[in-house]
This record gives sequence, C-alpha cells and structure tokens, in this order.
Amino acid sequence: MAVSFVSPALLVLADGRFPAGGHAHSGGVEAAVREGRVGDAASLEAFCAGRLHTVGLTSAALAASAASGGDPLALDEAAEARTPSPALRAASRRLGRQLLRAARAAWPDPALEQLARTFPRGAHQPVVLGVVAAAAGLGAADAATAVAYETVSGPVTACVRLLGLDPFQATAVLARLAEPVGEIARAAVAAAALDDVDLLPTLGAPLLDVAAESHAAWPVRLFAT
Amino acid sequence: MSGVSATARIRAEPDGRGRTVLRELAGDGPLALRRSRHPDDDGAAHVVLVGAMAAPLGGDRLRIDVHVAPGARLLVTSAAATVSLPGRQPAPAHYELHLTVGAAAELHWRPEPVIAAAGSDLRLWTRLHLAPTAHVLLREEQILGRHAEPPGRLASRLTVRQNARLVLDQSTDIGTGAPPGWDGPAVLAGHLALGQLLTTRPCAPDATSRTAAFPVGDGLTLLTALAPDGRALRAALDGWGSLSPAGVRPPSPADRPARAALPAPPGRAAGP
Repeated sequence: MAVSFVSPALLVLADGRFPAGGHAHSGGVEAAVREGRVGDAASLEAFCAGRLHTVGLTSAALAASAASGGDPLALDEAAEARTPSPALRAASRRLGRQLLRAARAAWPDPALEQLARTFPRGAHQPVVLGVVAAAAGLGAADAATAVAYETVSGPVTACVRLLGLDPFQATAVLARLAEPVGEIARAAVAAAALDDVDLLPTLGAPLLDVAAESHAAWPVRLFAT
Repeated sequence: MSGVSATARIRAEPDGRGRTVLRELAGDGPLALRRSRHPDDDGAAHVVLVGAMAAPLGGDRLRIDVHVAPGARLLVTSAAATVSLPGRQPAPAHYELHLTVGAAAELHWRPEPVIAAAGSDLRLWTRLHLAPTAHVLLREEQILGRHAEPPGRLASRLTVRQNARLVLDQSTDIGTGAPPGWDGPAVLAGHLALGQLLTTRPCAPDATSRTAAFPVGDGLTLLTALAPDGRALRAALDGWGSLSPAGVRPPSPADRPARAALPAPPGRAAGP
C-alpha cells in the first residue's frame, strides 16, 4: 500500500501560531455565546457543523480554486458576492492582507507580490490562502483542507476563552469534526475542478451574517468577529 | 416518472404615455398568470401568479422569465403561498426565476411565501439582472413545514448582477435532509422562517439579533430576517417600512443620488 505524506508546509500554514491574525477572530461564536445559542461543547459542535457546511464549504472551494490557478480577480469578486455582511467582508480582507504579509516572508514568490499589487487593501482571505498554498508548493486539496479546518478551529479555540471550555473537551470537538472537515475539503476540490466561478458553492449561514453586524457594533468585545 | 416542465413568461413595456402594458403574459402548466389592477398605481402593471395545479412536486422543472423593459413598472404577487410537495419519485423539484429589469424600470416581486412541506425537496434559484438605474423590491420568504409537521428541504439561491457585474450570490440549504447544522446555532437556531428583501429603496434599519441590512452592489440593500413563523417573518420584513402602501411608484431620478439625504424610514410596522 502506498504511503502518503502530508507536506510539512501545510502544517506551517495551518498552524494556529502562523502570524496571520486569525487568533483575533471567533468566527461568530462570540455573538452566539452572548445570545445563549452556544453554551457547552455540544452546542459548540452544532455551531461548528453549521459553519463548516455553509461558509466553510464556500470558502474552501474559493481557496481550492485559487490554489489551482483560478483568476484571483474573479474569485475575489465571487467571494465578495458570497459575503453580504460588511463586517465580515472587512474582516476577510483584513485577514487576507495579514496572511499575505506573513506568507511573503515565509514563501517568497512573484505570484504573492502580484497579488499584493492587485489588492492593496487586501483580497478575501480564502482567495489569498489558495494563492499562498500554491506558492508554498501545496495543492488545491491542501488549501481546501486548511480553510475547512480553520472554519471550525477558530470558534473552538475562542470558546476556550469565552466559555472557559476545558481544552481537552475543545480538542475532542475538533477531533469529532475531523471527518466532516475532510468531506467538505473533498467537496470543495470537486467544485473547484469544474473550473467555473459560477459553479462554486454559494452557501451562507443567515445567523452568522445577521449576528456579525450587531457584534461589530458592540463597544467592548474579545474578538474582532 | 418525471415531473412537469413549464416556463411562464411576462414582458412589461412602457406604452409611451406613462403607463405600462403587458406585451407578453404566458402561463404554462401549473404556472398560471392573471392580469390584475394595480392596487395603488394606475400606470403600473400587476400580474398575479395563480397555482393552476399542485406544484412544485418532486421532479418538476418550473421557470418564470420576467422582463421589465426600460421605463416600465411591474408588480408581481401571488394568490397563495407556494407549497413544495414530495413527488412520486424521490427527486428534487427545480424552480428558477429569471428577472431582468431595464434602465429606469421598476420591478416589485412580492409573492406569498414558499412552504417546504414534509418530505419535499425544492431547489429555488432566483437570478436578477439589473440595469444601472433599475429599481427593484424583491421579497423572498421561506417557511419550513406547514403547521406542526417536519419540514421538507428547501435550497434557495439568489444571484444578482448589476450591469453584468456580480454583486450578490448567496444560498441557503435548510430543512430535513439539508447538510448538518442547518437548524443549529450558526444557521437557523430553531427558527422556521427565513426571509430576504432586496431593494433599491433607501433604508438603513438598525440591526437586531434576528434582522440585519447589508449594503450590496451599487445602491442595493439586502435585508435578512429570521423568525419563528411566517407571520412574525412578514411583520419583521414589513417593519422596515419598505412595503409601504405606495407600492410601485414612478421611479424618480432624485431617489438614488439623494440616498443619504432622505429621511430614515419609519421604525414602526408599515400598514394602511
């Protein structure tokens, strides 16, 4: 049986310590905790499942497309159209900008310089991640997996602070979501392989959009989103 | 056995004397169309969608093409809610709306809700093409299940292009059989009614925990609301004052440039 290795570059890119600013975002779970929608490991897992199967799939497919050479301008327009919330649009561009800055140091590549010139105010994060993955020698499957994983790892990590969730329980939630993360990554790669921006998934989560707007107006909050 | 395939067509044009005429009004199969008198505006055309038979059923492929020519004004409503029902074969029904609104034209698309009955599976796709000076008010309401029944599945996508530029492309997939988490705390959190209103009217309502307004493209606002049931959803959408009794008005060039200067919409529930 063939042994398949994960590229160590993927571990670097998906590492929570990669300095791309992701730690400042809760993926909408801070608002969900405040509104009583999430309060324990079980409701956190349900939150993550919903996020993964909606915006997780949409973002992972954008990343997979960008990693396989899709036009970043068209993909950025597609990402914008799939993100109606101004708060989430701004956060995604800010995260894209921060990721690109870190990646230009980590994996110098003309494609990254070109992306920075094309989007001085930042491209949407999944699009940047796809281009970065390619620069790091990774493929569409790696990019989709990284994005799908961070769709759930962000809220889970945030809940350790927001709920005082036992880190062992938090990690158990992530482990239970590992298989769905892989399924979403596979679906994202399959959608990207159709090579048509209009056929990329468009799924959104209404409550994530709605709550992001009121969350952005809170005077004091732990997380940016 | 396969379901019904039907395409209905509506084409509204200005008559050159300030009124709108229906150049084409063609129902098909379960999609029956009736000409009606506009409730508030003599110059605008009004079409009522009337269900001529039970539809959509699983396996059906329904489509409505609406073309509002430059300068025309059209209101489309429906006589009753659209109830999505299971077919004889376990296949999804597809329902597509192609709505094109020309320069200085206006389309108000406000049918009754779509209700996903137990066991049903409907894929709804609304494609809206707007000319730069087009006016629109599009209301979409989705209700999961009739009273006290488990909901069917309802996937709905809204794609909006302004002058060919893609400005909104988002979908939801909810109900029994939808991907995991659809009723969970990130997506619906137990709400059974989901609605959207897309409008070129100036409005900037305050966000609440169940409603929010998003600026989209050039001068469009998308309002999203979640509610426990259809009645509360309608109240939430109408509460923005966007469905004032004025209905379709003649588009005024002052509407759009003056957006920021116009008074805020009333914060109360609209009603006659």
